[in-house]
Amino acid sequence: MEYTILILILPLLTFLALGLLGTKLKPTTAGCIGTLSLALCALLAYMTAWQYFSMPRVEGVRLPVTPFNFEWLRFTQYLHIDLGILLDPISVMMLVVITTVSLMVHVYSLGYMHGEKGFQRYYAFLSLFSFSMLGLVVATNIFQMYIFWELVGVSSYLLIGFYYTKPEAVAASKKAFIVTRFADLGFLIGILLLSFYTKTFSFELLTSGDTSLFAGAAGTTFMGCSVMSWAMALIFMGGAGKSAMFPLHIWLPDAMEGPTPVSALIHAATMVVAGVYLVARLFPVYYFETPEVLVLIAVVGAVTSLYAAVVACVQTDIKRVLAFSTISQIGFMMVALGVSGMEGHEGLGYMASMFHLFTHAMFKALLFLGAGAIIHAVHSNEMSHMGGLRKYLPVTHITFLVACLAISGIPPFSGFFSKDEILTATFMFSPVLGIVMSFIAALTAFYMFRLYYNIFWGKESTHEHTPHEAPKNMTLPLIFLAVVTLFAGFIPFGKFVSSNGMEYIIHLDWTVAGTSIVIAAVSIALATWFYKGSNPIPNRLATTFSGLHRAAYRRFYMDELYLFITKRIIFNCVSRPIAWFDRHVIDGSLNGLANVTQWLSYSIRGLQSGQVQQYAYVILFGSLLILIVVLLIM
Amino acid sequence: MVYANFLLMKEEISLVTVIVILLIYDIFGSPKSLKYFQPTACILVGIHILLNIWPSPDVTAFGGMYHSTAMGGVMKSILSIGTLLVFMQANNWLSSERAIIRRGEFYMITLATLLGMYFMISAGNFLMFFIGLETASIPMATLAAFDKYKQKSAEAGAKYILTAVFASGLSLYGISLIYGTTGTLYFEDIPAGLNSSPLQMMAFVFFFVGLGFKLSLVPFHQWTPDVYEGAPTSVTAYLSVISKGSAAFVLMVILYKVFAPLVNEWQAILYWVIIASITLANIFAIRQQNLKRFFAYSSISQAGYIMLGVISGTAMGMTGLVYYVLVYMLSNLAAFGVIAVVEHRSGKITIDDYNGLYTTNPRLSFVMMIALFSLAGIPPFAGFFSKFFIFAAAAQQGYYVLVFIALLNTIISLYYYLRVVKAMFINKNEQPIARFNSDNYSRASLVVCSAGILLAGILSIVYESIGMFSFGM
Repeated sequence: MEYTILILILPLLTFLALGLLGTKLKPTTAGCIGTLSLALCALLAYMTAWQYFSMPRVEGVRLPVTPFNFEWLRFTQYLHIDLGILLDPISVMMLVVITTVSLMVHVYSLGYMHGEKGFQRYYAFLSLFSFSMLGLVVATNIFQMYIFWELVGVSSYLLIGFYYTKPEAVAASKKAFIVTRFADLGFLIGILLLSFYTKTFSFELLTSGDTSLFAGAAGTTFMGCSVMSWAMALIFMGGAGKSAMFPLHIWLPDAMEGPTPVSALIHAATMVVAGVYLVARLFPVYYFETPEVLVLIAVVGAVTSLYAAVVACVQTDIKRVLAFSTISQIGFMMVALGVSGMEGHEGLGYMASMFHLFTHAMFKALLFLGAGAIIHAVHSNEMSHMGGLRKYLPVTHITFLVACLAISGIPPFSGFFSKDEILTATFMFSPVLGIVMSFIAALTAFYMFRLYYNIFWGKESTHEHTPHEAPKNMTLPLIFLAVVTLFAGFIPFGKFVSSNGMEYIIHLDWTVAGTSIVIAAVSIALATWFYKGSNPIPNRLATTFSGLHRAAYRRFYMDELYLFITKRIIFNCVSRPIAWFDRHVIDGSLNGLANVTQWLSYSIRGLQSGQVQQYAYVILFGSLLILIVVLLIM
Repeated sequence: MVYANFLLMKEEISLVTVIVILLIYDIFGSPKSLKYFQPTACILVGIHILLNIWPSPDVTAFGGMYHSTAMGGVMKSILSIGTLLVFMQANNWLSSERAIIRRGEFYMITLATLLGMYFMISAGNFLMFFIGLETASIPMATLAAFDKYKQKSAEAGAKYILTAVFASGLSLYGISLIYGTTGTLYFEDIPAGLNSSPLQMMAFVFFFVGLGFKLSLVPFHQWTPDVYEGAPTSVTAYLSVISKGSAAFVLMVILYKVFAPLVNEWQAILYWVIIASITLANIFAIRQQNLKRFFAYSSISQAGYIMLGVISGTAMGMTGLVYYVLVYMLSNLAAFGVIAVVEHRSGKITIDDYNGLYTTNPRLSFVMMIALFSLAGIPPFAGFFSKFFIFAAAAQQGYYVLVFIALLNTIISLYYYLRVVKAMFINKNEQPIARFNSDNYSRASLVVCSAGILLAGILSIVYESIGMFSFGM
C-alpha cells in the first residue's frame, strides 16, 4: 500500500502550488485544482480503507501496517524521530473521515467563498490543513504526531484569521493559537518525559503491552504521582487543548469568526477530535499503566459535556450553539474512552467513542455547512434575524432536520447508534455517570431543536431581500452528508474498529436505548412546545431565573476569569518582572557585549597593517608563543 | 615499481585526464571552437564528479605513500562540486576582454591546485603531504595575481606567495623534526615514536603552521583580508571554500591518525586557537565595508567553527566537520556568486553599494539573504544544522565553555551578517544598483547553492550518508 504516501504528498503539493502561484491563477481554477487534488486523496483513502479492511485478520486481530517509514533525525542509540505512515483501524477510519469531510468542504466553498478576496489563499490554506491533519493521523510515532499537531494548529490559526481585516477574527485566531499552544506545551513535556523513560517514540512499541518499557517512569514519583501519570496526564492536556475540553475550551466558540466551511472542517469534524484520537492512539498505555488518568479523562469529558450543553441552551448566535454542541459531543467521546476497558465486552466504550467520532464528524459537518447556507441567505448569525426559513431554503431545511434528529439520538439516524453505545458504556461503568450523560443527551436534543425551530419556524423577521436557496455546489455536499448520516448507523462498526483489534459484536441494549429515545422525544417535544410558535414561556423562564440565564449566556464567565488570571495576575506578577529582567539583565548584557565588541574592534584595527613582513613576524612569534604556552602547561 | 598501483588512484587519474584534455583543447583548439571551452570544462568536471561520486573503499598504494579512505573520497567529491560551482560563476568574468585570452590557464591552474589537494587528502606520508600542499599553494598565488595589470591583484599574489612560502618553510622544518625524532615519515609508523618531548612539541607546532596558514586560523590569518580583497572574486571564492575545506579535512585526518598520542596537547592548542580565531575575526568583521574583506574575516571565524569538529576527536566530530565544510561551501559560494555578478555588472563591492538591492534585484537579494542566514546559523537553513552538529560533537566531549564562547560569537556574527541583509532590504537608496539579468551559468550555480542551503539541513540523508564513512580516534 505504498501509494498511501500520495495521500500526504498531494495536498502538500497543492498547498505549495496554490500558495506560490495562487495570485497568478484565476480563483475558479485555484478552487478546482484544490478540490480535484482532494478528491483524488479521498479516492486513495477509500482504496486504502478497502484494501486494509479486506486484509485477513491474524489470530482474530487486525494488525497495523507500516507501508512507509524512514528515520529522519537520530538523537541517541534508541531515540530517533521517524517519519512514516502507520495504518491501523483507527488511522484508516480517520483518513476516510478527514478526506470525506474535507472534500465536501472544498466543494461547498466553491460556492460559499465565491467572490471573496483571497480565494486562492483560502484553498492553499485548506490544502495545508488537510495535509497536516492527514499527517497527524497516520503518524507512526508520537513526535511525528507532535510535528503535524503543531502544523494543524498553525493552519487552523491561518484559517480562523482568514478575514484578517476583521479585528474579531484576528483576536479569535490569536486566542485559538495561544490557548492550544499553551496546551501543547504540556503535550511536549509529556512526550519528553515519556520518551526519556521509555526510550522510544514509536506508537507500536508503546502500545505493544510491554510493561517493562514503563518501569522506569512508573517507579519514579514526583509530587505524589508517578512520573508515568504526569507524562500521560500532560499528554492528555495537549489533547484537551485541541479538543476544547473544559477549561481549555475557550478558544473554540471564538474560532467561529472564521469562514463557516472552515468551522465545519476544522472545528467540527477533524481537528477538534485530534485529542480524542490521541487518547485512543495511546489507549493501551492509559488503560494498563495509568488507569487513574483515564478516570481523569472521563471526569473532564463529563464536566465539559455538561457545561457546554447548558451553555448551548441559551446562546443566540447559531454558530456558537453549534460550537458548544461540538464541545459537548467531544466530551461524550472522551467519557466513552475514559470508561472503556480493553478486552471483549469491556471495550465497548472505545468502540463507541470512535463510532461517535465517525458519525458526529458527518452530521456536525452537515450542521455547520447548513448553518453556512443559512448565513449565506440571511447575512446574519443571530437567531432573531431568522425564523420561518423553511419555505425559502427547502434543501437546507430537510438536511438540517436530518442532522438535528441524528444528534438528538432518534433512530434510524446514525447518531442514535453511536450515542446509545456511549450511554450503555457509561451505565456499565457507573449508573450515576450514566444518568448524568443521559441528562446531557436530553439537553442536546432540547437545544438542537430550539435552534432548529428558531431558524426554520416561528415568526418571520424582515429581510432586506428574500432569502434564496444556496447554489448547487453548496446543496450537493449537504445532501451527500445527509445521506451518509441516514445510513452510517447501520455500519457494523465493531467489525472494523475495536479496542483490542478483535471483532466486536454490537448488541443494542434496549433498556438503555429505549429510555434514551424516550428522553430525546420528550426533549424535542418540549422544544417544539416552547419554540415552534411564539410561546411566552421561554422568556418568562429567562426572567425568573435571570441570574442563571445570564451566567449561562456569558458562558459562566469563563472568558472573564481567564482575562482576570492572565491580565491581572500573570501579567502583573510574572510577566512584568520577567520583562524587567529581560530588558535590563539579558538585553543589558547583550548590549554590553555589543559595546565591548565595538570598542575592541575600533582599538585593534591597527594590527592589520597590510605589511607582509609584519604578517611573517606574527606567524613566527604566534607559533612560538603557542609552543611556549603548551610546554608550560603540559 | 608496480605500475598497476597507478590504477588505484582513480580519482587523481580522472582529474589529471580532465586537465590534459583541457590543456590540449586550449592549445590546439581553433579560436572558433574555443567558444565551447567553458561548457566543455564544466561538463568534463561534471563527468569527473559523477565517476567518483561513490567513495571507493580504503586503498593503500606505493608502499603506503598513497592512502585513500572512503571519507577522503567524500571530501574530494565535495571539493570537486565546489570547484565546478566556482567555474560556473567564473565564466562571466573570464569572458570579459581582459581575461578571455588567459581563460584556459584559469581552469588548468585551478584544477592543478585541486589535484594538489587530492594528493594532500590521500597522503600516507609527510613528503606526499608536503608535495600536495605545495601543489595546492603555489599555483594559488598565480590565481590571486590573475588580473596582473590590476595593482591590487598583483599585490594579493605577492602577499600570498610570500606568506605561503614562509608558512610552508616552518611546516617543512616541523616535518624534518618529526623525522629526526621518530625516524620515519609514514603516517602509520609515526604514532609509535611520539612521546610528547619538547622537541616533538616544537615539531608539531611548526607543522601546524602550514595548515593553519591555509585555514587562516589566528595567528596565521593576516594575509587573508588582503589577498581576498585583491584577488579576482571567483578566485577568492575558491580560496575561501575549497582551499580551506581541504586543509581542514587534512588537518583533522593527520591529527586523528598521526598525532593521536599527542591528543591532549593538540586539543589544548586548538582550544585557544579556536577562541582566538572566532573572536578576533568577528571583531574585525564588524568594521568592514568591502564585502570581500568582510567575507575574509567571516571565513576566518568560520574556520574556527570548523575546528570545533576536530577538537572533539570523535567520529561525530569528523562527520560534523565534513558536513560543515559542505554547507559552508554552498553558503559561501552562494554569497560569492552574488558578489561576483554584482561586481561584474556594476563594479560595486561595498556594503553601502548594496543599499536597496532588493528593489531592483529581488532574487539576487534573496539568495544573498539565505546564504547569510545559513552562515549565521539560523534555522531552518542548512547552516543551523551544521553548527548544531559541530557544537553537539564538541559538547559531547565536555567542551562546554568553548561551545558557550562559540555561541556568544554567533550572536556577534549575526550582527554583521544581518548588516548586509539590512542594507539590501531595509536601507533606502536613491540610486540602487540597476536591475540586470545574470548569465545562465551564474544563475544555475546560485540555484544549486540555494537548493543545497534549503535542503541539506532538512534532508537527514545528507548528514547520515556522510556519517557512514566517518571514523574517530
